[in-house]
Amino acid sequence: MEAAMGLMRRMPPRHSETALSALLSLLPQHSSDLLSQVDLPLQVLCDVDNGKEFILCEYNRDADSYRSPWSNKYHPPLEDGPYPSSELRKLEIEANDIFAIYRDQYYEGGISSVYMWEDDNEGFVACFLIKKDGSKTGHGRRGCLEEGAWDAIHVIEVGPEEEGTTRYCLTSTVMLSLTTDDESSGTFSLSGSLRRQMNMNLSVADGHLCNMGKMIEEMEGKLRNSLDQVYFGKTREMVCTLRPPAEVAQMRLPDS
Amino acid sequence: SCFTNQKAFTDHYLLLHISLSLSFSSAFLLFLVPNKSKRFRFFPLKFALQRARKIGMAEEETELSEEQRKEIAKWFLLNAPAGEIQYVAKDLKSVLNDDDVYNEAVSEAFPVYNKSHMICLEMPGRFGDVLVTSYGELQDNEYLDPKTAQVAIVDHVKQVCTEVRPATDEELPSPYIEEYRCALDIEMSKYVGEAYPKGFCSVYCTNGKDVEGPGSDFELVVVISAARLSPQNFCNGSWRSIWNIEFKDDIQILELKGKLQQVGAHYFEEGNVQLDARHECKDSTLFQSPDDSAVSIATIIRHHETEYLASLEASYLNLPDTTFKGSSQETSSYSNLIPMA
Repeated sequence: MEAAMGLMRRMPPRHSETALSALLSLLPQHSSDLLSQVDLPLQVLCDVDNGKEFILCEYNRDADSYRSPWSNKYHPPLEDGPYPSSELRKLEIEANDIFAIYRDQYYEGGISSVYMWEDDNEGFVACFLIKKDGSKTGHGRRGCLEEGAWDAIHVIEVGPEEEGTTRYCLTSTVMLSLTTDDESSGTFSLSGSLRRQMNMNLSVADGHLCNMGKMIEEMEGKLRNSLDQVYFGKTREMVCTLRPPAEVAQMRLPDS
Repeated sequence: SCFTNQKAFTDHYLLLHISLSLSFSSAFLLFLVPNKSKRFRFFPLKFALQRARKIGMAEEETELSEEQRKEIAKWFLLNAPAGEIQYVAKDLKSVLNDDDVYNEAVSEAFPVYNKSHMICLEMPGRFGDVLVTSYGELQDNEYLDPKTAQVAIVDHVKQVCTEVRPATDEELPSPYIEEYRCALDIEMSKYVGEAYPKGFCSVYCTNGKDVEGPGSDFELVVVISAARLSPQNFCNGSWRSIWNIEFKDDIQILELKGKLQQVGAHYFEEGNVQLDARHECKDSTLFQSPDDSAVSIATIIRHHETEYLASLEASYLNLPDTTFKGSSQETSSYSNLIPMA
């Protein structure tokens, strides 16, 4: 598995689906592990009841069907799929509504979904997903990207309440890919992913949604800064080292 | 309610791992995965069991043939980022768990990778470096270095030059062509020496190498290969330029076509990012004496490459704004959204 994950890490991110299929066929005995540890760009389906789109992931999937957070139904229909309890479903509905507003404010469009389920430690797990297509033809309101995709997956494990506080463990993954294409600079494509964890003990006074939302907001801010530094900063540094801009060329750079 | 339960909660999470053998008998293993550097995935027990049941009921998958496994293996090798094929090969060997398939895949994929990445190898005997390219390929593992008129014998899998021999007359261009080739090589080496800290270039004749004198067309190709490989810093990048130059004798014009490509990969504790940037350009100039043509060509190449780099810089500056929304001062903080909802 370690070698498989090493391969996944090195393959070009835009080929990650192909790479994962290849690994699944070479290592069928590890398929469960691979599917749960490798993130792929998010897919969406349309809820037949209300025409709204929802995001597909392992957390709303059972066999080949996916549960919509809007209607709580499996697409295609399933007889005995798992559902959150009615209490949790209420929270899930509220989370979806709020998260949709958050998403529209920060992303100016895109699709979001939240899925929740009880875990066996008397707490629950919530998965917040965002998919944004920022390309010219997609939801991009700034559009001059040929291709621009932001996929965010935030999984929060919520512990049971202890003396007025609850422990929240957030694991976030962002997958970003950008392509520009024009006459003077040709095709330029950056893609990759970023992962972080954050743990917090928070008072339950404000409620779970408020706590989880604040954590995600903080995390996304940090991820956005990292992306700025790494995607644009680091890769630009790489290019400049290979071929320094004219003014620098006179000096010999030290060997790394 | 489920939120007020008093049961103790530990920091250790159990991931239920379901391992399915090809005959679909289920075995259950319990893992402890609290490792901070590995991303942790939580999958509830009851879901995992249901999935196992449903996967178990699925049709039996056909096993892959050796040929299919080899093709998959080659795909991984060919898609390795610059400077990383050896690392990919090591992981692949482990995943394949079949030395015969591995060896076949490796022997087929490495030559293709080496040529497309235009790797630069040191020649034994103080002859300097040689580029492994399709333009200089004489046989499967023999590559001409036009500068020194030596032929490098290369072990593709080990990515080393094992020996060197002088090129035969048949392998070299005619004296007339060599004049043009050599003059251009000298000018290009000057340019590459200044512009690329870790660059190397070669000039090959790709058409008309036996042309004896004026009256016929011929073609030269300039290849620039620069790599910054820093695997210990998890950062690798390479730049490749290929300039095809058609010497058109009848109209006394040189037509240049350039393909510039740079790739890079950077890994860090929390993720990875890969760059792939390509550009094509064209130009033309007069067909002059070998020295004058060389200067003319080098000037054109320098101009286009510098311009490309400048427009990449501009792309970098524009990208953050086009990708992300500006500062979030104007947006509501999350905690204000709840009353709104």
